[in-house]
Amino acid sequence: MSEPYTMVVGLEVHVQLATASKLFCRCSTRFGAEPNTQTCPLCIGLPGALPVMNREAYELGLKAALGLNLEIPRFTKWDRKSYYYPDLPKGYQISQYDLPMSQNGYLEIRDPKGRFETRRIGINRAHLEEDAGKSLHDEAGAVADSRIDLNRCGTPLLEIVSEPDIRSPFEAKAYLSELKLLLTFLNVSDCNMQEGSLRVDANVNLHIDGPDGQVATPIVEVKNMNSFRAVERALTYEAARQYDAWQETGQAKGDVPKQTRGWDDTAGVTHGMRHKEESSDYPYFPDPDLVPVTVTDEEIEQVRQSLGALPAALRDRLQTEFGLSDYDSDVIVGQGPALVEYYLDLAQATGDGKLASNWVQQDVMRYLNDQAIAVADYPVRPDQLAELLTKVKVGELDTSRGRQVLEHMLAAGGTAAEAVEHLGIKQVDAGEEVELCRELLAANPQIVADLQAGKLKAAGALIGMAKKTNPNVNPGRVREIAIELANQWDT
Amino acid sequence: MSISPEQVLKVSRLARLELSDDELATMTAQLSQVVDYVDQLSELNTDDVVPMAHALDLTNVFVVDQVAESLERSQALANAPHADGECYLVPAVMGD
Ligand SMILES: [Zn+2]
Repeated sequence: MSEPYTMVVGLEVHVQLATASKLFCRCSTRFGAEPNTQTCPLCIGLPGALPVMNREAYELGLKAALGLNLEIPRFTKWDRKSYYYPDLPKGYQISQYDLPMSQNGYLEIRDPKGRFETRRIGINRAHLEEDAGKSLHDEAGAVADSRIDLNRCGTPLLEIVSEPDIRSPFEAKAYLSELKLLLTFLNVSDCNMQEGSLRVDANVNLHIDGPDGQVATPIVEVKNMNSFRAVERALTYEAARQYDAWQETGQAKGDVPKQTRGWDDTAGVTHGMRHKEESSDYPYFPDPDLVPVTVTDEEIEQVRQSLGALPAALRDRLQTEFGLSDYDSDVIVGQGPALVEYYLDLAQATGDGKLASNWVQQDVMRYLNDQAIAVADYPVRPDQLAELLTKVKVGELDTSRGRQVLEHMLAAGGTAAEAVEHLGIKQVDAGEEVELCRELLAANPQIVADLQAGKLKAAGALIGMAKKTNPNVNPGRVREIAIELANQWDT
Repeated sequence: MSISPEQVLKVSRLARLELSDDELATMTAQLSQVVDYVDQLSELNTDDVVPMAHALDLTNVFVVDQVAESLERSQALANAPHADGECYLVPAVMGD
């Protein structure tokens, strides 16, 4: 690091839990409904309505917490966080304060390209809370009223609060990517940022080594970051801004109240927002309408058993069991559970993890991207692709022929054998190839001379001619045969 | 008096309430009485009492995650002082 400071970042991530109904009432959580069509007396805060806890939301929270290596207190309770805003009709948000459902965990972040050391980012806590509604600001009329849509009110969120362990914008992005991947594998949330299922706020300041020891700059909370890339950019900007501000004013943490700044993605800058009340200024008190939740060791163990294979363990498995590189295992696992399953089926059926990895990355993933489809909609099943890869592996087909076969399978369906048949690809026996090479070398003494002189590129021209004569020859084998023959050639 | 006028002012700001000087004096006195009343509890020795998180001796009340019908929008908006048929209308919220 060449900067004259250390950056200190903690992230607060809100993810929407993948329930059908809200946290305390049975209104739907479906995204995209017409404004105010998914509300009831409870979630719009009418007097007398009583909340009841959604079991699925609690269980999804438990899964996420265990995936994040968090401790699960056996007793947890609900609190009211009071503040006044038009999108919060009750005047308080049901959240968790002093006895959250989970605390003290970590998430390991890594970079297969080695730009930072693999490290554990501490997670302070993850707790359940309800979402607020949405203010639809009318951009056209500045003096017009604000329009309020309460559909989101009461949607279950898990707030995941990291320790201030993140040291760079790049690490912040890595943390968010790994968190999102983990939650995707756990089926806890769809983590769709565009639809607001995953939101990120960052607390950031700098520790600067000065002549009189270390100085910390005032902590700033950055909001309104709508993509992981935006988080990375906002933090980069904010570090530079804080360093400049410190040089200009000399203000350190404690000299000024904590500031909230919003990220403007178009302008690429953060703007000051209203001063945030200190957390003690949000009056909290226990919610009398909701009873506490207790959980037993057995229940926790049961949820732990249900987690399935998680990204870190899968990367290890792809490396140790299938011989993939750190990088390749990261690419495949990064695509999510469906592709990992496809890969595992393919690798097992082919018996060659690296070959399977090459084809999955270069062919399957590219097709999925081009067609913008999910793995489940990929037309060739792993066992069908395995049949093709086995032909490539034993040399029956070379890679480019194999690709033609796959293209045919994608377009027309059927097995690899049927595609081979349809494309008129015939096995050429080795004797035929030797004979062909001998003829071509006899007709092209310059190629013989080049090959003898070690100019192996000359084999390319010979392969071209061989393919013209018989499209079914195996280029790799023709190349080997030609070099061998040339070296024993009597001129 | 156990509560200062400054504390009452701070709480009133958080509650978005504007108090006149007279009201501030009244509220300070009344809130102090309330707090003093509750404060009598601290005369008891609670060293051996487990903190209580809820008045009911009941835990784990859950419902199944199943969608039920919501209110018709017209019903939901019926009591709002201002609405436009789709949304509640409130005085413009600026900034954030
Ligand atoms: Zn509702």
